[in-house]
Amino acid sequence: MEPAEIIQHSGGAIGAAWLMIALPLVGAAVLLLGGRRTDKFGHLLGVLMAVASFVVAALSFVQLLGFAPGERRRGIELYEFIPGLAKMGLLVDPLSISFCLLITFVGSLIHVYSIGYMAHDPNRRRFFAYLNLFVAAMLLLVLADNYVALFVGWEGVGLASYLLIGFWQHKPSAATAAKKAFIVNRVGDFGLLIGIFTIFATFHTLAFDGVLANADKASSGTLTAIGLLLLVGACGKSAQLPLQSWLLDAMEGPTPVSALIHAATMVTAGVYLIVRSGPIFQGAETAQIVVTIVGVATLLAGAIIGTAKDDIKKALAGSTMSQIGYMVLAAGIGKAGYAFAIAHLITHGFFKADMFLGAGSVMHAMNDEVNMRKYGALRKVMPVTFVTFLIGYLAIIGFPLLSGYFTKDGIIETVMEHNAVLGWLAVLGAGITGFYMSRLVFMTFFGAKRWEPTAHPHESPAVMTWPLIILSIGAIGLGAFLVLGNRFMTFLAPAVGAPEEMPAFHPFSPTGLATLALVAAGAVFAWLKYGRAEVPALAPRGSFLTTFARRDLYGDALNEALFMRPGQWLTRLAVFFDNRGVDGLVNGLAAGIGGTSGRLRRVQTGFVRSYALSIFLGAALLAGAWLVVGNL
Amino acid sequence: MNGTIEAPTIEYALLAPLLVVFGAAIVGVLVEAFAPRYLRSAIHLPLTLLSLAGAFALAVWQAVKGVPTEPAAMGAIAVDGPALFIWGTILILAFASVLLIKDEEHFVGAAAAVPGSAEEEQALVERAAHTEVYPLLLFAVGGMLLFPAANDLLVAFVALEVMSLPLYLLCGLARRRRLLSQEAAVKYFLLGAFSSAFFLYGTALLYGYAGSVDLVKINQALGSVGGQDTLLYIGAAMLGVGLLFKIGAAPFQSWKPDVYQGSPTPITALMASGTLVAAFGALLRVFWVGLGGLDWDWRPVLYGVAILTMVVGAILAITQTDIKRMLAYSSIAHGGFLLIGVIATGHTQAENTSALTGLLFYLVAYGFTTVGAFAVVTMVRDAGGEAWHLSRWAGLGKRSPLLAGVFAFFLLAFAGIPLTSGFFGKYAVFQAAVANGATPLVIIGVVASAVAAFFYVRVIVLMFFSDPAADGPSVVLPSRGTAAVVGFAALATVVLGVFPQPVLDLAHTAAQSLFVR
Repeated sequence: MEPAEIIQHSGGAIGAAWLMIALPLVGAAVLLLGGRRTDKFGHLLGVLMAVASFVVAALSFVQLLGFAPGERRRGIELYEFIPGLAKMGLLVDPLSISFCLLITFVGSLIHVYSIGYMAHDPNRRRFFAYLNLFVAAMLLLVLADNYVALFVGWEGVGLASYLLIGFWQHKPSAATAAKKAFIVNRVGDFGLLIGIFTIFATFHTLAFDGVLANADKASSGTLTAIGLLLLVGACGKSAQLPLQSWLLDAMEGPTPVSALIHAATMVTAGVYLIVRSGPIFQGAETAQIVVTIVGVATLLAGAIIGTAKDDIKKALAGSTMSQIGYMVLAAGIGKAGYAFAIAHLITHGFFKADMFLGAGSVMHAMNDEVNMRKYGALRKVMPVTFVTFLIGYLAIIGFPLLSGYFTKDGIIETVMEHNAVLGWLAVLGAGITGFYMSRLVFMTFFGAKRWEPTAHPHESPAVMTWPLIILSIGAIGLGAFLVLGNRFMTFLAPAVGAPEEMPAFHPFSPTGLATLALVAAGAVFAWLKYGRAEVPALAPRGSFLTTFARRDLYGDALNEALFMRPGQWLTRLAVFFDNRGVDGLVNGLAAGIGGTSGRLRRVQTGFVRSYALSIFLGAALLAGAWLVVGNL
Repeated sequence: MNGTIEAPTIEYALLAPLLVVFGAAIVGVLVEAFAPRYLRSAIHLPLTLLSLAGAFALAVWQAVKGVPTEPAAMGAIAVDGPALFIWGTILILAFASVLLIKDEEHFVGAAAAVPGSAEEEQALVERAAHTEVYPLLLFAVGGMLLFPAANDLLVAFVALEVMSLPLYLLCGLARRRRLLSQEAAVKYFLLGAFSSAFFLYGTALLYGYAGSVDLVKINQALGSVGGQDTLLYIGAAMLGVGLLFKIGAAPFQSWKPDVYQGSPTPITALMASGTLVAAFGALLRVFWVGLGGLDWDWRPVLYGVAILTMVVGAILAITQTDIKRMLAYSSIAHGGFLLIGVIATGHTQAENTSALTGLLFYLVAYGFTTVGAFAVVTMVRDAGGEAWHLSRWAGLGKRSPLLAGVFAFFLLAFAGIPLTSGFFGKYAVFQAAVANGATPLVIIGVVASAVAAFFYVRVIVLMFFSDPAADGPSVVLPSRGTAAVVGFAALATVVLGVFPQPVLDLAHTAAQSLFVR
């Protein structure tokens, strides 16, 4: 099935969809410009704006459901930015509204949670301003009906991410991490930008409408180039190989940020870009193959990194990389995979945000300790956090009937049908997930207390636990709701297309059973090693494989050897040439202009007689020139 | 009966905006004559603002009602699309200037007193204030409105004088640095009179050539009269000198820095925005309507003038150390960019419309930013009044970040950075010029913009990256009027930069009717 036509729309909640973006943007502006005067109510305003945005999204969703499936792509024209070049408009369709609901709902919960989490931070208002800025930019990214506005949102979330990773910029590690995220993203953004340029050169428009409907008219070589360039952009934003290195460091930001930006929403923008640009990838088989390879490589790499981290947030970050790998893998397959990619994206948004916020709750209780080797036996002191975290854990490893079971297995089944090698690698990834997530849970909540003497863990306040509870409900039931009866695939079909034959759901297919068996084996292995056995307070040296995983698969070392050091050499060389060659020329030119200016300035004597003379001579010149030109 | 003169038919409704402004000016003179001193300010201010607002409303009403296609007042005044657009722009800019003037700190108590004399001391002690400023300004604004609408050369000349004479006076009324101000007034007067003579001489020569001062008739004569070409060329050139002088195009730019510097800053703001807009309107009308058939001849000449103007403006600005002089040179350079728009006119209706649209948009964008920038200049003061020397602006960003930020924003708009109104102004004009084959001119324009960007950014660097001097100037709390002007100008600069389409559309609609021929 092909995507439906876009219908121009006005009126109703969808007509006011721009409010979704405008409200949090206004919130950010008020909080940033209002300064300390808004300290008292800043957090409440931030929450209010996020919730209001959610209300608009929900009303739009209801209105959208009122249309026949084929008429659910509604375009809203806002204004023409540059005539003939860029129109500013929004596109509300099943794909974008799914993102809007996820972003605003999870975003609102995380806003609420942050009230408690950041209660003692002197800059809480600024934090909420940035969060609001992020929500606005992310909504612009998904609601845009063209690549320019998408890019504006893309850069906006990058900016918000930078500001929030470095929120505690007094810590050098946070400042460095923020810069690293920014620079690595720059590489990706550059790819995206060149991709957008290529799109414009090929299609002479940047509107999704004009580009995607005409994708089949371009040559497959062009489409491959565009697809690969877009993929570079997606890799940067979604922390996929080879641009993955920033995500682990990004955990320096406050935990709600990690939950919202670096787990639930922003890092999934790459998946959105690939799915949204589906027709381009469908016309470029090579690009699709590369997407699947990137996805499968990242899902394994992320999982392996997750096995070796003692920092609870970094272990979760590795897991995020890995789960997004699954989504990218599914998105690379084409129409058969889109619905599962987005469905997994949504359920992942819930259970991963749940676990991140749970981790934040644990850190809150343990004096901001992140080392899991100093946790243990927390299940009794923090029952709500424990139960909700456990639900998130069961969901991510694919425990039957929980969310992840439906969406992740959906991906694995689809991939298996597409290509067996990729399929088995995805199954292997699921097994590793079973191991490292179990390890995380056992080290944190089970076993003996290994707390620091100063730690007095306690359950978090209600403002933090309620979001956990709500998110865990999503982690339980959302997967079944979306996948059973192909509900989500049917809903999404008008926006992204769907395979000719809807997949049937097999509860116990061979692939599913194999996955379950591997996951169980991973969990048991984790129990033997971290649940039953004592966890040493210092990490043992481990084999070279452990070191490999601990060092993020040498990703940073590779970047440093391949890019940083040659880059530094290149910089030195450039500086040398700049000082000797270019500066000489430029300074000479500047001195020349300055000198001319100084000399010409003397003509401005201040004597009115000389001014009059210059006017007279000018008049003579003008008349003379006119006579010459006229008589030619 | 022989010997009787028929009363001319005058379309009062069409000319209502003009009549309101002139009428208010005359009432202002009466107020000056009969109202007691302590009441004058209280009467003048509302009178002036209301008349400007009323004239603006009338102009809008005129535009909404439909633009006439025939010139009014027996063919002497053309109220067409561009004229109405220019009227609206001038009236808004004048309104802003009046809000700046309201702050009486700028004007001398007794203009006739010798600077530094006992009488001046006395006037200061008595807190005497000249209120003639208001009627004078209204007369000048009336002249500015008439100038671009004048459809015959004599009316244009009268308008030129009505506009200029009050400005000469206003230039000399600065409260501080009185000698500089008076010197500026005398210089402006002498050179202005000199250039008016050129204009009048050109009018006479063209009358000799065509037998009429009516622009339309001159244009018709271009094709039919033969053998008098020298008369025509020299006449047209003389006319051009008079117009280019008001714009401040090189080589007629020398008055600008001295006059802009010496005048009271609100008056500088009015001259740099309103006069420039009016003069460009008149230049367009004379060259399109009156000399439209001669464009093969005037285009190369203006080509040279535009290049010279951009280069002189941009290069001389680099070594300026006085903020007002720097803005004056910046205004010269912008005059050059605007001339590109005049040259970009072509032979088809569509080409002309696109060039004229760009030009009108540029005028609006530049006018607002200029008024805002000069309004900021009025607020940075030290013991001796406004602090003009650039070294005094060092570190201003640390002392009052908001004001310095706004000023930096205006400077970026002057430089034509995207997301400011200046960018779209330049873009629109340059695009039209490229479309009409004036690419070399655009290249020079871009290079000149790059040179100009240097001195704008230099001020920004100075404000934000230097340490403030210990005895540096302080930023006065703005009066409500000044704050409103700065805020409005900043808003206009942002809105026109982010969301230019409505004004572009408006300019396009105005330009579509072109000038009445």
